[in-house]
Amino acid sequence: MSNQNLNKVEKLINSELSNKIYGSEIKFEELLFKTSVNEIIEVIKFLKLDERFKFKQLIDIAAIDYPNEEKRFEMVYLLLSIENNTRLKISIKFESNEKIPSLVKIFPSANWMEREIFDMYGIKFTNHPDLRRILTDYNFKGHPLRKDFPLTGFNEVRYSEKEKKVIYEPVKLEQNYRNFDFSSPWEGTNYLKEVKESKKNEKI
Amino acid sequence: MKKSKSMTLNFGPQHPAAHGVLRLILELEGEIVEKADPHIGLLHRGTEKLIENKTYTQALPYFDRLDYVAPMNQEHAFALATEKLLKIEVPIRAKYIRVIFCEIGRILSHILNVTTQALDVGALTPSLWGFEERETLMTFYERASGSRLHANYFRTGGVHKDLPTKLIDDISKFCETFPKIINDLEDLLTENRIFKQRNVDIGLVSKKDALDHSFTGVMLRGSGIPWDLRKSQPYECYQDLDFKIPVGKNGDCYDRYLCRIEEMRESVKIIKQCIKNLPKGPIKTVDGKISPPKRDDLKQSMEALIHHFKLFTEGFRVPAGNVYSAVEAPKGEFGVYLISDGSNRPYRCKIRAPGFSHLQAMDFLIKGHMLADVPAVLGSLDIVFGEVDR
Repeated sequence: MSNQNLNKVEKLINSELSNKIYGSEIKFEELLFKTSVNEIIEVIKFLKLDERFKFKQLIDIAAIDYPNEEKRFEMVYLLLSIENNTRLKISIKFESNEKIPSLVKIFPSANWMEREIFDMYGIKFTNHPDLRRILTDYNFKGHPLRKDFPLTGFNEVRYSEKEKKVIYEPVKLEQNYRNFDFSSPWEGTNYLKEVKESKKNEKI
Repeated sequence: MKKSKSMTLNFGPQHPAAHGVLRLILELEGEIVEKADPHIGLLHRGTEKLIENKTYTQALPYFDRLDYVAPMNQEHAFALATEKLLKIEVPIRAKYIRVIFCEIGRILSHILNVTTQALDVGALTPSLWGFEERETLMTFYERASGSRLHANYFRTGGVHKDLPTKLIDDISKFCETFPKIINDLEDLLTENRIFKQRNVDIGLVSKKDALDHSFTGVMLRGSGIPWDLRKSQPYECYQDLDFKIPVGKNGDCYDRYLCRIEEMRESVKIIKQCIKNLPKGPIKTVDGKISPPKRDDLKQSMEALIHHFKLFTEGFRVPAGNVYSAVEAPKGEFGVYLISDGSNRPYRCKIRAPGFSHLQAMDFLIKGHMLADVPAVLGSLDIVFGEVDR
């Protein structure tokens, strides 16, 4: 898809949806539109059904966590029009307690994609028929892809010979997870194993 | 007459026809499936979270472990995304080598799928014949990268090492003998009465449904939509190659099987062309800030030593931005949505696995079918749990 064609599509969508689109950009030969939580359903419905655009395929929905920003989450809808051979990204930003309208009525395939986002980020959707966890374990707690969720997690499982079943235990690491910051080598890294207060006292 | 009550059946997670660790909860009315609820995530390893904590080079091996029957196709999507952000050009020889191995991956995946689908509906021989060929192909992987399955061969800016010349000869020999194997497989299956009874008109998908359910790859082409990223949005050197895109007519399991068989033939054609036109030259970008220096240079040049040290500790930094790049993996569109914040690690890497959308449609596909059709439909969806669960 050449840049010229993308420019045309950008202009056309901007003029058609001028009051619903808050910004657009073309970078790396990819088209990105910004809209809001309230408009998202209308925008996607229009792009899917309009004869000129025919964005009939929802490729994926990606959520991104920016814990330091006021609007914590961003969600990007990736659309594809097979007829026009065009790709499109639509982004919305919102706060962590906001609920997002579900796309399931427009694209049935959004069902699992939204379930995954709910599972990984704890973002809630309205009008979703079946909002359950999907990838994590049964009875899992927390939302692993949030930036404040530790990489090593909280619980680990093992088979207990004693109880003759799989049991859950808090994660125990022989060595702390070492997160080297190579970009500033002069500051040094803080990876010494945390010695628990009680153990320290015992040794002395 | 006694009124029948609906029954709930737990299919998997340990079931030979589940193609991995799928737990399928089926509601049956007699032998008719009323509802299917797939429970996935039993192979979830948190790939996306792990990638956020690794440098770009360290993130590559995780892609082998997604769709583990065609590892290099996945690496390809990630390499393309990083290259797009870095705005670097891959040398022409590397492009050809990448295409050769992507097509080998496609054959690997299709052999596995076609033969195990046949196994699911009762034919044992195809898998025995097919797996022998897979073994040959995996030795090609091994000779290029050092490992049979988890290759980790592609790099940002090219491939890890050049191919040994003997290997190129052997791949072209394979291209001569393999079409006969495809013919043999077809002799066993295509006109086979049992195979046809189990697959024709099973798991029908209309054009509209295929689009609505985000189907890609063979699942889309089987329903008669001519869409292949290698043709429509060509990457690497696919625009210079001559190949055809097989398209189905009815959108049933049988058409998808035929598409896969035909795609293997096209892949052989592509590999042949690549080997014939394989240009000489470097196999990775010459930019010392991105690809590591040669071993010889390390002993001689101070600059090379510094580059080597920086690349294997800090890694390279990628300018901030977000890109989506997709490849036509054997199972469909495999995409990587990569967000960089300008540091040496991806800020977010969303992996778009084709199998995820395909499996999602299981309930829609199987409703009203017999219980015995579940493995047939599941087989033709081409599910690999590495990529569904990620």
